[in-house]
Amino acid sequence: MPLSDLPPDGVVIVGAGPAGLACAATLLDQGDTFVTVLDAGSGAGGQYWRQPAPPADSSDPGALRPDAMRGLHHDLGTFAELRSRLEAGQAAGRASLLTDHHVWTVVAAEGGHVVHAVDRSGGPGRERAVELRARHLVIATGAHDRSLPFPGWDLPGVLTAGGLQALLKAGDVALGPRVAVGGTGPFLLPVAAGLADRGATVVGVFEANSPTRWLRELRAVAANRTKLAEGAGYAATLLRRRVPVRTRTMIVEAHGRERVEAVTVARLDASGHPRRDTHRRIEVDAVGVGWGFSPQLDLAVTLGCALTADASGTPVVQVDEWQRTSRSGVSAAGEACGVGGAALAVAEGRLAARGIVGASASDAETAGLREEVARLRAFAAAMHRAHPVPAGWADALRSETVVCRCEEVSAGTVRHAIAERGATDARQVKQLTRAGMGWCQGRVCGHAVELLAGGGSGSPAERLVSTPLPLGVLASRKSRAM
Amino acid sequence: MSTFRFDDVSIPFRDGQSVGAALVAQGILSWRTTRLEGRPRGLFCGIGICFDCLVTVDGVPSQRACLVRARDGLDVTTQEGSGYAAE
Amino acid sequence: MSAVVVVGAGIVGAACAHSLSAAGAEVIVLDRGSVASGTTSRGEGNILVSDKEPGAELELARLSRDAWLEVGEELGRETLELEEKGGVVVAASPEALDALSSFAAAQRSAGVTALDVAEPRELEPHLRAGLAGGVLYPEDMQVQPVLAAAAMLEAAQRRGARFVAGADVVAGVRDASGRLTGVRTSAGEVIGADAVVNAAGTWGAQVSERLGGPVPVLPRRGFILVTEPLPPMVRHKVYSADYVANVSSSEAGLETSCVVEGTRGGTILIGASRERVGFDTTLDVDVVSTLASQATALFPFLERVNLLRVYRGFRPYCPDHLPVIGPDPRVPGLFHACGHEGAGIGLAPGTGRLIAHHVLGGGPLAPEVAARFTALLPDRFVQEA
Repeated sequence: MPLSDLPPDGVVIVGAGPAGLACAATLLDQGDTFVTVLDAGSGAGGQYWRQPAPPADSSDPGALRPDAMRGLHHDLGTFAELRSRLEAGQAAGRASLLTDHHVWTVVAAEGGHVVHAVDRSGGPGRERAVELRARHLVIATGAHDRSLPFPGWDLPGVLTAGGLQALLKAGDVALGPRVAVGGTGPFLLPVAAGLADRGATVVGVFEANSPTRWLRELRAVAANRTKLAEGAGYAATLLRRRVPVRTRTMIVEAHGRERVEAVTVARLDASGHPRRDTHRRIEVDAVGVGWGFSPQLDLAVTLGCALTADASGTPVVQVDEWQRTSRSGVSAAGEACGVGGAALAVAEGRLAARGIVGASASDAETAGLREEVARLRAFAAAMHRAHPVPAGWADALRSETVVCRCEEVSAGTVRHAIAERGATDARQVKQLTRAGMGWCQGRVCGHAVELLAGGGSGSPAERLVSTPLPLGVLASRKSRAM
Repeated sequence: MSTFRFDDVSIPFRDGQSVGAALVAQGILSWRTTRLEGRPRGLFCGIGICFDCLVTVDGVPSQRACLVRARDGLDVTTQEGSGYAAE
Repeated sequence: MSAVVVVGAGIVGAACAHSLSAAGAEVIVLDRGSVASGTTSRGEGNILVSDKEPGAELELARLSRDAWLEVGEELGRETLELEEKGGVVVAASPEALDALSSFAAAQRSAGVTALDVAEPRELEPHLRAGLAGGVLYPEDMQVQPVLAAAAMLEAAQRRGARFVAGADVVAGVRDASGRLTGVRTSAGEVIGADAVVNAAGTWGAQVSERLGGPVPVLPRRGFILVTEPLPPMVRHKVYSADYVANVSSSEAGLETSCVVEGTRGGTILIGASRERVGFDTTLDVDVVSTLASQATALFPFLERVNLLRVYRGFRPYCPDHLPVIGPDPRVPGLFHACGHEGAGIGLAPGTGRLIAHHVLGGGPLAPEVAARFTALLPDRFVQEA
């Protein structure tokens, strides 16, 4: 692409979720640089404030209305405020929001970085290569549901918990009518509450851990009373909708032929293993399971940013007191620095922006943000400790249970590579079995394979290409340059 | 109401929905079979990460139904295997 | 019985262990990582005669090809994903076809089967129309390098070899006469040996220095593109005639000339660029775009096919672009088996046999066969120095 086509040098933010939006809004308030925000979605908001795509025709009575989804979101006021500040920046010619832009790689270049994206807004077959120069790059790429395999998890109708919620938030579709929600973590509650509010029959929330684990975390809880209130709100909804919440319980199998028809749930014993004598079968039409979230680290790993581990041992981007990574000109904010929720992401996004514009470390605003980040990080650490993956998560796996959904590699094959061929991490298992070599590049099965190999906190996979792109689009860069 | 074609069926949708959301709203949970074992698949992650919901749209294979926006007159077809005919 | 330490568990180290253990040696394989964790896992798995001009490397390729077929017999072709798929070199212009034809004629005189192809689309229906012509090399094969390395190492282990992963060799241990009697690992352990084989690939120069017999092995960066899985669309290993010039080139800077091939897993591999940039790990978007552009020019259907992954490897090369295989004249007990550049997978089993011959003084090769490979001996670097 000729350089003259490139937008002005400035700050490029990858991800328009809470962290990216907060960073953009603060940059526009505090500085004078041009701000570009890219997002793969059709609008700002990220997964947390996920919205339906804006209607093509505003008079269409059937079109989805973001305001109709109000009840599904938390803290929409912050979203509205941040978005309107970005919109004001766009109107003033100081900012640009590029939606349907999938960033596939970033590379260091003279004076900063070049961000390479695929613009998919034209629809299938009309993708286009886009590249942006960034004097400063902000990685605000968020996280995705962490999945663990179980028999039947590849049946249609079995989704991640986040997948169920995305359908609801962006499509106004409550999958059901009978739905089971399982896994671990506070996120399961809003998913179940949202579905119940939209008329689904939630047959149960099956939380693998015990709430008593939170008793060890009273200090973090006491310092974050709003989190408690938020949780209590969802709990009240579930109570009102008569949704049973079963703790120390997990979904061990999904049954069905062409789609899910039932699940088996089991109580966990004291050491986290499902007890066979407690199996119970429940008829369902849909299932959502989530074991927390995995930060999206691809861009940071590609750039060689230093990583560290969060309270659960998950690799995350290491940042300093200004959210700067180990690479010059690259900051990171939000879930990429450790999963901790939207409020933390917003605070980190603001702090990153203040670092970029060179704010004083001693001003009250900065000090306040740092305090907030520390407090919310402590809560996030408590959450990770209170919601670990149970030791017996893999007990129910059968030899033929698919682990890698893309390449259809079974648990038996993966276990053979580990037990008989000496593989000690996900990369070696991949090389020997193809698990993790398919379309999703191990994003779905990678954590499980790492756990099966006895790791779980190994170095994350390197993905130089962070989202697929048609070869013709890549080739077009060359024909244009020639 | 706007519609798109899914194989031989007309699928109504609300503007703003993805192809995947519109299909699921009609009770259609799978629109792809896997390459090796021919297993049915549909939405899983719902946010573009897992590539389980691949479908052929306007003749272009392997589009993520959770990301492609439903549009009037779109031609969506079940994807068998890789979506490419063998030679 | 001889005790032999093999440094490196890539394809070459695994092949050395396989041959040495078959010949009765007591083998210990050390790797600072795990099996096939370096360049081996970042290659296409080429077993080629087509890209080699007459000389010692072509001889090694032919020896290795026969050896691969034997390894396939022993361990199962499926296990290795070994396929006799053949290679097709295509020329876009009449000039390129002329150059290709004379290259192929020279190869024929050295015993290679090279068949002129007037219309490459009869072999590869998805190639673009209008190519000037091509040459079919039925002897070219493909293997899955990690599976092959793991299988050869496992076979060696069944014959009593030991494999120690995570063992970095930091120094050699020598006796008063200067003979290498073992190696010292980063864990401080000393492992005694009658012979030490440097099969450290791209890191062969560092290992050779630690063992007291430096040989010049340098990294050459290469990117390989991997597509989404497809039904079989590309049957052979297909490359443009420019590749022939690239492989034997010694000019600095970037060279790309795409090689397109299908795999058992359904993905299509597009290789391979070669750059001398040291161990720089940065993804070069222009390089991968050039590969994409060349590949879509050969096979127009690839335009819509998605790129899922790019992997980057560092291929080990010696300044004269020949591997270094044989005893180090300066350090008795030290043997080198590295510097195979982009051909290490293909040349591995022949290298293993040659090493067994050198280490065990005889072994699997007849003396007149071994004599064909004197150009690969380390002596050439010693004399220069």
